Formats: sequence, structure tokens, C-alpha cells
Amino acid sequence: MIHSLFVINHLGDIFLEKHWKSVISRSVCDYFFEAREKAVDPENVPPVLQTPHHYLISIYRGKLFFLSVIQTEVPPLFVIEFLHRVADTFQDYFGECSESVISDNVVIVYELLEEMLDNGFPLATESNVLKEMIRPPNILRSVVNTLTGGSNVGETLPQGQLSNIPWRRAGVKYTNNEAYFDVTEEIDAIVDKSGTTVSAEIQGVIEACVKLSGMPDLTMSFMNPRLLDDVSFHPCVRFRRWESERVLSFIPPDGNFTLMTYHISSQNLVAIPVYVKQSISFFEAGSCGRLDITIGPKQTMGKTVEDLKVTVHMPKAVLNANLTASQGNYTYDFTTKLLVWDIGKLNPQKLPNLRGSLSMQTGVPNPEENPSLNIDLKIQQLAISGLKVSRLDMYGEMYKPFKGVKYVTKAGKFQVRT
Amino acid sequence: MTDSKYFTTTKKGEIFELKAELNSDKKEKKKEAVKKVIASMTVGKDVSALFPDVVNCMQTDNLELKKLVYLYLMNYAKSQPDMAIMAVNTFVKDCEDPNPLIRALAVRTMGCIRVDKITEYLCEPLRKCLKDEDPYVRKTAAVCVAKLHDINAQLVEDQGFLDTLKDLISDSNPMVVANAVAALSEIAESHPNSNLMDLNPQTINKLLTALNECTEWGQIFILDCLANYTPRDDRESQSICERVTPRLSHANSAVVLSAVKVLMKFMEMLPKDLDYYGTLLKKLAPPLVTLLSAEPELQYVALRNINLIVQRRPEILKHEMKVFFVKYNDPIYVKLEKLDIMIRLASQANIAQVLAELKEYATEVDVDFVRKAVRAIGRCAIKVEQSAERCVSTLLDLIQTKVNYVVQEAIVVIKDIFRKYPNKYESVIATLCENLDSLDEPEARAAMIWIVGEYAERIDNADELLESFLEGFHDESTQVQLQLLTAIVKLFLKKPTETQELVQQVLSLATQDSDNPDLRDRGYIYWRLLSTDPVAAKEVVLAEKPLISEETDLIEPTLLEELICHIGTLASVYHKPPSAFVEGSRGVQHKRLPGSTESGESESPDTASAAAVSDAPPAVIPSQGDLLGDLLNLDLTPPTTAGPPPPASSGMQMGAMDLLGGGLDSLMGDESEPPPIPLRMDTPQSPQLPHQSPSPPDYSPTELGGDLGGSPAIGAGFGAPPAAMPASFSAPVSGGLDDLFDLGGGVGMPMGAYSAPKTVWLPALKAKGLEISGTFARRSGVIQMEMTLTNKAMSVMTDFAIQFNRNSFGLAPAGPLQVLTPLSPNQSIEVTLPLNTVGPVMKMEPLNNLQVAVKNNIDVFYFSCQYPISMLFVEDGKMERQVFLATWKDIPNDSEAQFQIKDCHLSSDAASNKLQGSNIFTIAKRTVDGQDMLYQSMKLTNGIWVLTEMRVQAGNPVYTVSLKCRAAEVSQWVFQSYEAVLKN
Repeated sequence: MIHSLFVINHLGDIFLEKHWKSVISRSVCDYFFEAREKAVDPENVPPVLQTPHHYLISIYRGKLFFLSVIQTEVPPLFVIEFLHRVADTFQDYFGECSESVISDNVVIVYELLEEMLDNGFPLATESNVLKEMIRPPNILRSVVNTLTGGSNVGETLPQGQLSNIPWRRAGVKYTNNEAYFDVTEEIDAIVDKSGTTVSAEIQGVIEACVKLSGMPDLTMSFMNPRLLDDVSFHPCVRFRRWESERVLSFIPPDGNFTLMTYHISSQNLVAIPVYVKQSISFFEAGSCGRLDITIGPKQTMGKTVEDLKVTVHMPKAVLNANLTASQGNYTYDFTTKLLVWDIGKLNPQKLPNLRGSLSMQTGVPNPEENPSLNIDLKIQQLAISGLKVSRLDMYGEMYKPFKGVKYVTKAGKFQVRT
Repeated sequence: MTDSKYFTTTKKGEIFELKAELNSDKKEKKKEAVKKVIASMTVGKDVSALFPDVVNCMQTDNLELKKLVYLYLMNYAKSQPDMAIMAVNTFVKDCEDPNPLIRALAVRTMGCIRVDKITEYLCEPLRKCLKDEDPYVRKTAAVCVAKLHDINAQLVEDQGFLDTLKDLISDSNPMVVANAVAALSEIAESHPNSNLMDLNPQTINKLLTALNECTEWGQIFILDCLANYTPRDDRESQSICERVTPRLSHANSAVVLSAVKVLMKFMEMLPKDLDYYGTLLKKLAPPLVTLLSAEPELQYVALRNINLIVQRRPEILKHEMKVFFVKYNDPIYVKLEKLDIMIRLASQANIAQVLAELKEYATEVDVDFVRKAVRAIGRCAIKVEQSAERCVSTLLDLIQTKVNYVVQEAIVVIKDIFRKYPNKYESVIATLCENLDSLDEPEARAAMIWIVGEYAERIDNADELLESFLEGFHDESTQVQLQLLTAIVKLFLKKPTETQELVQQVLSLATQDSDNPDLRDRGYIYWRLLSTDPVAAKEVVLAEKPLISEETDLIEPTLLEELICHIGTLASVYHKPPSAFVEGSRGVQHKRLPGSTESGESESPDTASAAAVSDAPPAVIPSQGDLLGDLLNLDLTPPTTAGPPPPASSGMQMGAMDLLGGGLDSLMGDESEPPPIPLRMDTPQSPQLPHQSPSPPDYSPTELGGDLGGSPAIGAGFGAPPAAMPASFSAPVSGGLDDLFDLGGGVGMPMGAYSAPKTVWLPALKAKGLEISGTFARRSGVIQMEMTLTNKAMSVMTDFAIQFNRNSFGLAPAGPLQVLTPLSPNQSIEVTLPLNTVGPVMKMEPLNNLQVAVKNNIDVFYFSCQYPISMLFVEDGKMERQVFLATWKDIPNDSEAQFQIKDCHLSSDAASNKLQGSNIFTIAKRTVDGQDMLYQSMKLTNGIWVLTEMRVQAGNPVYTVSLKCRAAEVSQWVFQSYEAVLKN
């Protein structure tokens, strides 16, 4: 099982270590640093490393490496999932997951890690359960605690851990009972030079914010559930019901949680909301290049495309960009070679365009690679797959809750090749 | 307000200050001080000096303070064991606390304190907590057993905690079940033989019920545990599959992958025509695809596993090619894995798409990735014949880009394409030749030289090209040198008139100026060949080459089966069996897919299909790295005479053997050079390069001639005693000769010496494709171990050697294992190994047990077998009558053993004759009351005498044997021999 955890910042300093079994010297991380050195970019460090006596499994989150040390055969996915859970918990408790915030709350972090894992076995990883045992910090409580000598460790047994619904704490009470659901779809697509879609798929997620008193039992049904190719549910969802009736039936956890994620694969036709016309070329003579990008709407289902942004990772030889944007602003970062064009709202009447020249390093041969464009966008009030929630019902409680469903479509890994 | 203030204490006197605060009367101050201590601890500062002061704070009713002190204790108890004892009382008291949270916390913390003295006190509280009324306490206690086992395994066993833990599998609370399973699995890993997880249909049912209700982590433990179960039949298998399938929709990817493992394994047992089988296959694809949209680290592990799944069941993902398309901002480790899977999925249906993608990748930034993409294009050409033309033109386009590393990779793969489709794409040679100068990597240079040599007749200036390489001959790497030598010889054979000078030049460079034995040897062979018989040389050097196989670096089927059982584990990420690298898992059991559990003979449909898989591609060369990995920890040398290590001539052309025989003889006559020359000159892409051959042994040239030389030497080997008999020659010769050898072995053997039929000692599944069956015999006074080695793997096996563990009678090989030729896939070889009895002695249980290690180029394998004790009966085992009488009386009656042999219909004379064949001598015969009494004696190799009296009554099929021997423990084995000999 998981033996130890080291948290390492971008400079390569180990600023937190936790051992669940015997203490392992931090020199074990040297193997990791070696691999880190080799990989050049932090994203490229292989997640599973073998050393003579240990295995190092790491994740990279928010400029931090969470590195776990294991000694026996353990499913690596289990470790990786757990590490992400740790990072999620920090995020949940402290609002972000960064070195400064972890150092600021080191005692809570330590208490959390102790609660999350016992002898390397996961103990309590549900945020609901954890919060019952270790209260998240907030200013008011710290003031009160200092005055009264109270603590931020719960005195009660986390009841949820024992019940058949460990994700929900008992005795929840709200004056306003409300349940909100956000359906977010991200389009992952590769579009080639000529504008043909090479591959496109949709990753959907339904995030919920449920603040309902008591033990509500909810059902959610869709207009067109057959769209979904693959679904993963929060443990609260009754799978049988979904199998037979395609209805989500569940007793929700209290607060924010991910109800389900789904996947619509490239087998189905995925609508691509925008098209991109581009030409990027480099000339040997005069060491310069041209760039011309135009974006227009394609299949937007009549909605407006917002927050449109184009990012181009330029070849090393490009020194500077001298461009004019018909709409929005562009920036070119010389060190990271990133050209970012922030467009904003897409106006179908007047298509945004960015054109101009690129100045190149002299005496360097023309770059071989063609930079790809990364597109970011957002469409409110639309699930691009066409998924729609038809009903949301509540049983088990008498009060009338306030319900709401919101849709949004975003670009995930949306790439246009040149 | 934040905890960072705990770090701001001044360095000077920090410990002293903390000490004062810890001993403060104010509760609040105390807590703050403990927090400061903890904060220092987390960043690795040594605050162990504060141990007594912190422990003093433990007796408190403040839960947070208690927790903090516990945290501290866990960290430092090891370094302050005496001090830690002070804490014991509080722990024991806390274990009785009315609050279950505190009970659980106490037992949990106690288990984390790795101090022997404390663990003793832990037992009683732990026992109580395991039976606690509160499930939260029980589940914590279950994990605590695993902790305790890690510290002191013996204690856990003595205290009977393991049984209690097993009982918890039937607990009413699913979390308790899950934790008990997790704890047992962890204990079982360090306890390979204990039958801890006794899985039967009842427990399986309980686990499946708990599976639905426990936490995600518990589900992983339970699923991994389920995967170890072997269902009794396909119905049980199906019902488990049905109950596991819902886990595929879990949000936790580890749960999904563990469920995939269970399904992949149990699917083996389902009949293929079952509807459910098809449904299940369809259900597996979407969750696997979804794993690829997770975080990159998860993607990586998922991809490594998908790589295995695709090899085992390509049908699952055959329509999902697009999800493996690479995005430019994927991490490099994800890109490379995706590429690998793309090639595995490439088929005629999707090849156009794949090629377009690969071409796109070849213009990316990352050099490693680009190289792999170019290589992938070549692999597509070889895999999908219809696409070859398009692949070649894509490669040519890429060569036109003139990017150095792209060109070099392209040339390497084009060479492979030439090998696969000879005489088809040679028109591109001209383009290749244009890039000759830019090649600076050995592999690319070697590939180019091979192409020039192979097609010398079509390249007008081939001699000039090769000559240009020759200038810097000594600066080239061995790979290039060898290739250049062969290429020039080829050129000479094709255009003898213009290139005489060139060939002489290269031969003298190779033989006289080179330090490399491989190069020198190859040079000599060519030289000798060319000077004695150019026609033969032509036949050898320009022989038609075997086609290269379609799919490269497939995982060997037995390994793949094992890896499928380990989906989701580290083994699946490394594509190595767990035994190869997991430390601490002493004696991991090799897992096998259930469908093919019966080895070899039984032809269940599943084994047949598994066998078909291994039969299909005959010349696949699995990636060597995987197989050779184990070879490093090998310590095996033939025990007796320093014999010749079998030549590592994996690719030795069979025909070449005979041709070389005569020439070698004379060559060896004046050159006492290392003998067996690896002859793999035609396939430069083979990973088994000549320089991997073992170091040359001390070996006289004449002997070599005898062994290696073709037919004349066979006579010599024939006449010699079996000990010197070469076990087998090259395949074409050996076919007919094997029978002869068998005959030869039988000559001079007294009639009816008993020898059991061969049994399988080492099934192929356990030995990476090597199957060994065999028996023992005593022929002409020599004990022999007769074995059949069968190669059921897909790669050639070489370098066989054998060694015995110490055994009861000091059996040891009298010579090295004579397997001179490499064993090609699906080939069997008969080997007779003479044994002597002068090896080290150690009493075995059972007495006639023999533990054997067999090594080949892949790994070392261990098996044990039992030999009939009758083969140890020596020829001079006939005792003098007087001596017999005296000895019989001398041995006390209580060491007399009596046996009965039933159903034996031989007359006493026939029996006596038969026994004599196995060196059991009848000394005298008396007939009393129609009953024949035979007095017999035999002597074991170690000088032990065994005396018997056998009573045979005419018409009664039951013989009674009374046996006396000073070493009573051999009795039952002697009896067994009687039975075996008389009944055969």
C-alpha cells in the first residue's frame, strides 16, 4: 500500500513529507529528480518510476508534484487516484492547492493526511466525512477558537462512515432547500488543415450543488439518454435503475459533488461550433513569416460563442509577432513562444481576423514543425451533444425544493492543425 | 492566523523554548506548542528530543491535542522505544473508552508504533477491538492486524489473529469486509504459500454482496481479490461477470480497471458462442475509452493496460482507433503509448487514417516521438500489406524533408520493408542513396549498407559507395563493420570481376586489424569460404532469407496470459511478470488465465486457441529487453566439466551448418580460435546480435570438429559412450538421427530394465514457453536423465544449461546439457543427460526428490521431479549367500518392513528375471508348502544394502515382500520400485 508521500514544489524542494509506515529517507526522491531533469518539462515526467527498492508514483497538480513511495505491488491507478483525491481535498479545504496554502495550514494538512490513509489503506476520502472530523479553516472559527480554546477537530464519530450511504452526513438542515445542476460539456477535437474533423468527442460532466434537508431521494431523467456512450457515476447513483430505466436515482451527498461524467465518442457525430481559416508560413529569405487566422461560426445551434481565445505554440525560431487583430487583443510571449489571441464574443456579421508578419531568428533553418492552434470557447445555455434533463423529482421529504439546471459547452482539447 | 507562524520561531534555543511551552500549565499554550512541534516534524526537522514532554501531553480529554500527540508518537516512537513504553498505559485505557472514535484511534495509532515492546501490549486490546460492537472500530482493527503482521508476523499467527481476520470476511458491515480483504491480501503477499484467502463460492458471494455497498477503495481490494478466484464452471463465471459489470461505470478509474481485470480473466471461461460473451465484449470498450479522457497520469497507466488488452482481444477496441490519436500537448509518455496502440489496431479498414496521422506526427517537435512515428509507418507497411505502397511513398516524402533524424529512421524501416516485400520497392534505392552522406547513426548506416549489399547488382556504383564507407572502417561501430563486411562479400559474389581488390581489403581489415572477435571470425569464415568453394559461398551468403514476421514486439503468449491476470498492477505497467521485479513478494505465484489451466495434453477448446495464437507467427522476435531482464540475476554454471556453452547462434542457417563443417575443421586446425561462430549475418534488425554470445570457452579444436563437423563426426559420437554423445545436431540432420540415438542408447542394455514413461516436469506455462518432460533410466550401468525439451514460445531458445540441487544420493550431471543447436519455436529435442552420484548430499523430503534448475537464454526455471530408486541399484548388488544370511540375522527385526504387491500374475522365475533386469538379484530360492521364497539383495550407489524375502504363492496374485535394511527410510521407495518393475 502507499508508504509515504512527498510534496515537491517547482524548484525541487520537498516541503512536506508524510509516512504512513516506517520512515523512508527523502533521498529516495533523488531518482525522481533525475527523471525530472531528463524530462525537461514538468508535465513530461513519467508517472511511474522504478528504483532499486521502491516505486515512485507521482502526479503533477498546480505546479506541485505529489510523489508517493510504495514498496509492494499496488495498483498504480489506485495510487494516482488517491493522490488526485488528496489534491482535491486541499483544494476543497483551502480554496487552492499551492505551496503557500499548504505551508500555511500544515497542521490541518497533516491531520487530513492521517485521516485519509491508515497504514496505506484509504480511510476517509469523502469530503463530507472529512469535514465532519476536521473542520475546514475559516477566519471566524480561528478567532472563536483562540478565544474559547475550541478546536477544529470534531468530537463526534463520523456517522456517515458506517451507514450504507457514507457520502451523506446525517441531520442536514437548511432553511432554503435548493438543488442546482450544471451540465458542462467539453469538446475534444482535432481538426486538420483543410477543416475536416479528424476526431471529435465530448466529455460531459454533471456537477451538483445540493443543499437539501434530511434524506432526500432524487431522480433525474433525460430527454435523450441513449446519446451517452459511457457513463461513470458518483457512488450514490443506483446503477440498476440506470440500466433498466435510464434514470438517475440517488440520495445526494450534502454540498458540491460530481454526479456523473459521460462520454460521447467519435463514433457519433459531434457538432463543431466554429471553423478556423488559417495560414502560417515561414520564408527562408528575409527570415520572416506570415500569419493569417479567421474564425467563424459553424454549428452553434443559434447561440452566441463567448470567451473565444486562440493559442498558438510557435516554433523556437519565432522572435516576435507584428500582427493586427480586427477584434480583441493578442500577446506574444517571447520566452514561452506562446501567441495568445483573446477574442471574446464571436460576431457572425464581422468575423474576427488576425494577420501580420512574424520575425524570425536569422541564420536558423526554417522550422520543420507546423504549430497547432488551440481554441478555447464557451457557449452558454447549450449542451452541444443535445442532452437535456427532462425531469427532476424528489421523494422522501415533504418540503418543496428549489431546482435548477444550467447548461454550458466549452472547448476542451480543441486543436486545429496547420 | 495561519500555521506558518509555527515556523517562525527563532532558530536559537528553539527546542528549549518549545520544551518550556509544552510543560506549561495552560492548555491552550500546550496545544500551540504541540502544533509547532508537528509543523517542524512535517518539514523533516528533528524534534525527537522533545519526546518525553510531548508524551506527557497525551493524557488529555481534548481530542485534537490527543490526535496531535499520536501523530508525533507514530513518527518518533521508533527512535525512542524506551520512552514510548510510557505511552502504553494511555493507549490501553483509550482502547476501553466509551467513544468508538477514541477506541479506533487508539488501536490504530498503537499499530503504527513499530516498537517490539509495544506490540506485545497491543495484542489484548486488538483482540477486543476485532470483536467490538462498533463496525468503525472493527474495520480499523482489521487494518491493524496487517500492521502488526508487518512488524511481527509470528506474533500474529501465534495469537490467532489471522483466523479472526478471516471471520471478518463474513461481517455484516461491507466496510469491515473490504478492510479485512485488504489486510488479508497484504498479509498473503508476504506469505506466498499460506492459504489465507480461501476462496470458495460462499465467500465469493459475500464479497460480491459487499462489493455493492463499500467505498470505492474497498471495491478495488475486493475486485483484486476476486480476480484470484478460479470459478468452477462457465455458469459461475458468467454470474460473477454479471455482478461485476456495473463497476465499469464507477467514477474511480482504479475501480474500473480492476473490474476490467476480473472480466478479462473470467471471460476466458465463457464459451465464445454465448450471447453474453458478445455483450460483455461490447461493454468493455466504452469504459476503457473513458479512461483516456482522465488526467494524463491515469491515461498512461490505462494505455499500458490497453496495450495488453489489445494484444489479447483486439476485437474490443478495433473501432476506437480515433481516441488514440495524439494531441500536440499530450505529455510525451502518453504520446508514445498511444502510438504503440495505434499500430496494434492498424488494419486494412483504418490504415489510411492511421497513415495520415502518422505523417502529421512526423513533423512534430519532439524528436523521440517523431522517430517513433516514422518507425510506426514502417511497421504499418509490414503489418498491412495493402498499405505498403502508400507507406513507402509517405516515407519517401519524409526523406525529402531532409531532417536528419527523420531520414535515418526512414532508412532503417525501409530496409525492413525490403525484407518483407523483396523485389517490389527497389525503385526507391536511388533516393536513398542520395542521403548517404547525412547518415551518422550506426543503425541507419548499417541499414543503408545492407541495402547496398543486398541490391548490389542494381546499383551501378555500389562498389564506390561501399568503398567510401570502408575508409573509416575502424571508427565505425561493430554493427556497421559487420554489415559492411557482409555487404562487400555479397557485392563480390555478384560482381566478382571489379571488386576483388575491395573484398581483399575488407577481409584483411576484418581479420588482421580488428580486435573484435566476432568481426574477425566472420572475416575468417568468408575468407575460407571464398577461397575453398566460391559456389558454396554463394549458396551461403546469398541464400534466400526467411521473411520477417508481421507483428513485431508482441508479448510472448504465456507472459501475456500472466499479465492479463495482473491488469491494473505494476506488472501491467512494466509488462513484466511480478516475480521479475516486485521486491518483498517472496515467491509470487504465477497466475494463469483460467481457461487454460490444464497443461499441454488436454485439448480444451481454450487451450487449443491459445496454442493457435502461439503457433501462428513463427518467426516473431519478441522484444529482447523484456526477456533478457531476468537473465541478470542468474548464477548457474555447469557443475562438472567446463563444457562448451551452447553457441548463441540463434539465427544460424540450418543449411550452413553442413557446408561449414569441413571448412571449419581445417580452419580450426591452425587457428585455435573460439569455436561456434554466430552466423546471423542476414538479418541486421535482429535484436540477437552476435556480440551477445557467451565468452569463448577453453576448448580444443579437435573436439570441436567432432561436434560441429557434419556427417563424419557423427560416427565418432556414435561409438563413444553416451556421456560424450552430442545430443542433437542441426535440425535437418537430427530428424533422422534422433531415432538412431535412441537405438544407440538401448544397445547393450539388459532386457527389461525398467524406465517409466516420460512425464511433464516443467509445463510450458511456467517456463516462458519451455516445456520439459522426461524420465530416468539406468542403461549400461549409467544413470541417465532423458528429457524432451520443447520450445512452445515464439522465440529461439539457446544457451541451455542444467544444475541440480543437493539431493539424497548426491546425483549430479556427469556432463553439461548437450543442446548444441538453438531450439526453434515448436521444435522438440531429445536430450540424454548422464548422471553420477558424486555430487553433494542432502537428505530430501521425499527421499527421491530431485530439484532441478534449467537455464536458457530467457530465464532460469526450477522444477522438481522424483526418480525411481531402482536406478540407483548397482550391478554388483548380488550378495554372497553366507553374508546374506548373517546380515539378515544381524539387522534387528524391528527394522523389517513388509509390503504386499497385489495383482501380479508373474511366476516366481519370471519375476526374478524381471527384477534382475533392474539389478535386484535373487540369491536363493526355497519352496515351502507350494510357496516360493525368493531371497534377494540389492545395493544402492551409496553402499546401502537392501535385503528382501519375497513370497510367491502359485495362483495367488498377491506377493508379500519382507524387507530389511539398515537405513529404514529407503524401504518404501524400494517397495515402490518392486511394484513399478514387476508391473511393467
